[in-house]
Amino acid sequence: MLKPLTILAALAVAASALAGAVATAIAGAPQITHFTLSNGLEVVVIPDHRAPVVTHMLWYKVGSADETAGKSGLAHFLEHLMFKGTDKNPSGRFSQVVATIGGQENAFTSADYTGYFQRVPRDKLKQMMEFEADRMTGLALTDDVVRPELNVVLEEQNMRVANNPAARLGEQMDAALYLNHPYGRPVIGWRHEIEQLDREGALEFYRRFYAPNNAILVVAGDVTADEVRTLAEETYGKIPRFGEIKPRLRPQEPVQQAARTVTLADPRVTQPNVSRYYLVPSSSTARPGESEALDVLAHILGRGANSRLYQKLVEDKNIAVNAGASYDGTAVDNTRFGIYGTPKPGTSLPQLEQAIDAVIADLVENGVTAEELERSKSRMIADAIYANDNQRMMAQWYGASLATGATVDEVRTWPDRVRLVTAEAVQDAARRWLDKQRSVTGYLIKAGRPEEKRS
Amino acid sequence: MNVHASPRRTGTRAVTALVAGIGLWLAAPAAQAMTIERVVSPGGIEAWLVHDSALPLIALEFAARGSADQDPPGKPGVANMAASLLDEGAGPFDAAAFHGRLERKAIELSFRSGRDYLRGTLRTLKDNRDEAFDYLRLALTEPRFDDAAVERTRAQIMSRLQRDTVSPNDIASRTWWATGFPGHPYGQPVNGTIDSLPSITVDDLKSYTRRVLARDGLKIAVVGDIDAETTGMLLDRTFGALPAKAKLTPVAYAVPQGLGRRIVTELDVPQSVVNFGGPGIPRRDPDFMAAYIVNHILGGGSFSSRLYREVREKRGLAYGISGSLIWLDYASLLLGSTATRADATGQTIDLVQQQIRKLGEEGPTEEEFVKAKTYLKGSFALGLDTSNRIASQLVQMQLDNLGIDYIERRPALIDAVTLDDAKRVAKRLLDSGLLITVVGRPGGVSPTQGGVAASPSPAAKPGQAPASHE
Repeated sequence: MLKPLTILAALAVAASALAGAVATAIAGAPQITHFTLSNGLEVVVIPDHRAPVVTHMLWYKVGSADETAGKSGLAHFLEHLMFKGTDKNPSGRFSQVVATIGGQENAFTSADYTGYFQRVPRDKLKQMMEFEADRMTGLALTDDVVRPELNVVLEEQNMRVANNPAARLGEQMDAALYLNHPYGRPVIGWRHEIEQLDREGALEFYRRFYAPNNAILVVAGDVTADEVRTLAEETYGKIPRFGEIKPRLRPQEPVQQAARTVTLADPRVTQPNVSRYYLVPSSSTARPGESEALDVLAHILGRGANSRLYQKLVEDKNIAVNAGASYDGTAVDNTRFGIYGTPKPGTSLPQLEQAIDAVIADLVENGVTAEELERSKSRMIADAIYANDNQRMMAQWYGASLATGATVDEVRTWPDRVRLVTAEAVQDAARRWLDKQRSVTGYLIKAGRPEEKRS
Repeated sequence: MNVHASPRRTGTRAVTALVAGIGLWLAAPAAQAMTIERVVSPGGIEAWLVHDSALPLIALEFAARGSADQDPPGKPGVANMAASLLDEGAGPFDAAAFHGRLERKAIELSFRSGRDYLRGTLRTLKDNRDEAFDYLRLALTEPRFDDAAVERTRAQIMSRLQRDTVSPNDIASRTWWATGFPGHPYGQPVNGTIDSLPSITVDDLKSYTRRVLARDGLKIAVVGDIDAETTGMLLDRTFGALPAKAKLTPVAYAVPQGLGRRIVTELDVPQSVVNFGGPGIPRRDPDFMAAYIVNHILGGGSFSSRLYREVREKRGLAYGISGSLIWLDYASLLLGSTATRADATGQTIDLVQQQIRKLGEEGPTEEEFVKAKTYLKGSFALGLDTSNRIASQLVQMQLDNLGIDYIERRPALIDAVTLDDAKRVAKRLLDSGLLITVVGRPGGVSPTQGGVAASPSPAAKPGQAPASHE
C-alpha cells in the first residue's frame, strides 16, 4: 500500500518502455479524440469498451526540472500534499470516496510532469472530475498535515535511495551527466533540501503551475468523447484560465567535453556493476526519425536475451551475469541512453567495461543486421498492440507524451515511424550519440571494512 | 457447441462445457458482462476461458501444484531454478534460438515459482497463436537444461542472492519465514541460498519437472480472441503429452512459530525494515471473508486502513505500511511490513502492536466495517485490468476451489458477514501475538533474540527503550 505511489524517476523508464509500446495505427486500435476547452485544458479520450470502467488522469506540465534551484523535491512534495483536502472537500474525502467504491488511485511525479489518476466504475467519472477540478485550485493546507507528510517523504527517500546503494549511485550519475540542466537533480530532491520544504513554498509552487491551461486530462475507458466533453466542461471548464504560464526554458547543457566517471563504494555492495549514461536527444529535441532510431538502437543493443550486449557478454564470452541498454525518449529536454553490465565473479569492472565498449564499437563500425532490425522492429510494434490491453498504460503513455511536448498524432503514428527506421539510421544514431565525451560511467563497488569504532 | 453440466468430459471431439455465464462487472450493472466458460478438451484437460475478440491477442496463465514446497530439505532453490530454465532452450532449440523465435513473433512466455505452485504466463498476438502454444508445449515437455544455460542461470540467481544478503527487505522476510517455519519447506527461501545453489544438479532440475509437471495438478485460464473449440484443441496439443499424475512429496500443514519473538538483524542502513505476522485464517474456513474484511480495516489496500492512518498519515513514520492475509496450501498467515527511520523504529513497532491489539479487542466500528465491505465489493472487478490479470484471477479461483460462479456470488458472501462476525473474527485473527523481524540499526527496539549482523560494519548499540508488550 504505497500511496501516493510516486513513480518518480522510475516512471521515466516506464514511459520509455511505453514509448516503444503504444500506437493506434493498428487494426482494432481505438479512435483517439483530442480537444481543448476554452480555458486551455487539453483533453484526450481513449475509448476502451471492454468493461464499464474508466481511468481518469490529470497531468500537470510541471515536474522537478521546473523547481527553483535550492528547492529540489518541491514538485513531488506538492504531489503528496494534494491528498490533504480542500475547503470544499476536507481531509481526504476524495480518497475516502475512491476507497468506498473500491476504486484505485495514485499519483506520480517525474522531472517533467506530475499526474493524478483514479480507476473507477464509469458512472463515477463525473464525481472524479469534480474532485480533481476542485483540488486544481482549492488546496487547503495546515502545518498539522504538512509536517507529518514531510516525514513521509523523507521515509520515501530513505526507502528509494538512502537504503539502496545502486539508487545512490544513480543520483550521483545523473548529477554528473547534467552539468547545467536541472535533470541532474533527483526528482525526490536532495535530502538536505527536502528537509527545508514547507507549506508556503508548496502553495506558491501550486499557484504558479496548477491551472487548466497547464494541464492535460486523459480519460480512457468506457466513455465517448462527447460524454467526456460535456462532463469536462461542467467541471474543469468552470476554472478560469491562469494568466501566464511561462514556457519551459530550462538551462541547457553546454557542449560536453569530458567523459566522467563516478564510483560509489559501500560495504553493502556484494554484487558490483558498471553502468553508463549518454546524453542524447529526447523525442522532443531529436531531429525527425532520430528518437525512433535511438529506440531501435536500445532494443538491438540491450533489450532482453537476444540483444547484442546479452548475447556477447552473457552467452558468448561468459563474463557477465547480465547486461542491457535503455533509452528514455519521453522528455522535454535531452535525455539519457543507458547501458549496464553485471560481471561474473572473476571479471573485473574494467574488463567488463572494455567488453561493453567493444560491442558498441562493433555496432558503430559495422552496423546492425537486417535480421536484428526486423526482429526488433516487429517486437516493438507488437508492444503497441499489447498496450491496448492495458487502459492505464494507454492513458499514461498519451499523458506523458503530451506533457513533454508531443502531439496525439505523433503518438498514434509511432509504429509507422519505427517501421521506417533503417539500418543506416541505427548505425548513425550509435555513431553520433554513443560518444563517451557526452557520458558518465558509474561503478558500484564494495567498500573495504570500515574502521572499528568502539564506544 | 455442446452444453454439459458435468465439469469434466472426455470425448472424441472438442467438447465444450459451458457451465456458467458470469457478469464480471457487478459494480456497474447495465454494462456488458464477460462470460467465463469452462472448457474441457477432448483429452480431458480443463481451462476457464473468457472469449473476448476486442483485441487481437490471447493470454494464458496456468499453475502447476508443487514448487518450492517440493525442494529437497537443505537444498532450497531447485524449483525456482527449474522454472527459470524452462524458457532457456527446449526441444530442437537452444536458448538463443528459442528466445529469438519468441521475439520475432512477439510471443511472451515466462515461468516463475512460488511456495506451492509453478506458474506460467503466455501472451501472443492472435496471428501467432499456434506457434505460441507450441513453444509453451516444448518448454513444458522438452526443456533442455543445457549446461551453458544451467550455468548462466545459476550465476544470475547467485548474483541476485548475493545482493539479497545485504538487502534489508530480503533479510527481514527470510528471517521471518525461517523463524516462523523451522524444519518446514516454508522456512526455506524460494530462491535458494548461496550455499544451496552450487549444489543443485541437472538431475535435481529434471527430477523436479518430471515429478511436478503433470495434468492432474494443472489449473489453466485463457482470455482473449480464441473460441472454446480452438482452446480445447490447443489444450490437448500443449498439455496432452504431460504425464497424468504428479508425484508430489507430501507436505505437512504448519502454523507459524516464534509468536511473541522480536528478532533484530543489524545492518548499517538509515531506514529499518520491519516484518510482522502471525497465523491467518484458511481460505476454506467459514470465517475467511470476515477475516478478509478485518484485515482490510487493519492494513488493507486503501488510504483508510488503521495502520496507514496511525503510522503514516498522523505521524509520518513510514512511507508504506500494510498487512495482508496470505493463504498457502499448508499454512495461512497475516503478514505485514513497514519501514521507518532508525530512531522511530521502536515507536512504530509499538504503534503497530497497539493497533492490532485494539482492533482485536474492540473489533471494527460500524462505519469502517460498512466502508470496507463496499471497497472489497468494488475493488475486485476494478483490479481486473488486463487480459493476463483476468486469467491469473481465474487460475486463483480454481486453485481456491471457489466455483466458476464465484464472482457472481462474491458480493453476497461479503454482505453476509455481520459486524458481530467481524468482531469475533478480529479477536480470533489478531489475538495470537506476532513474530516480528527488524533489519537496520533500530532505536528503541529490544530484541527478544539478537539476529546475526548482516553487515561488516560494527554493531549498533542495543536499543535503550524498554521492550514493548507482546
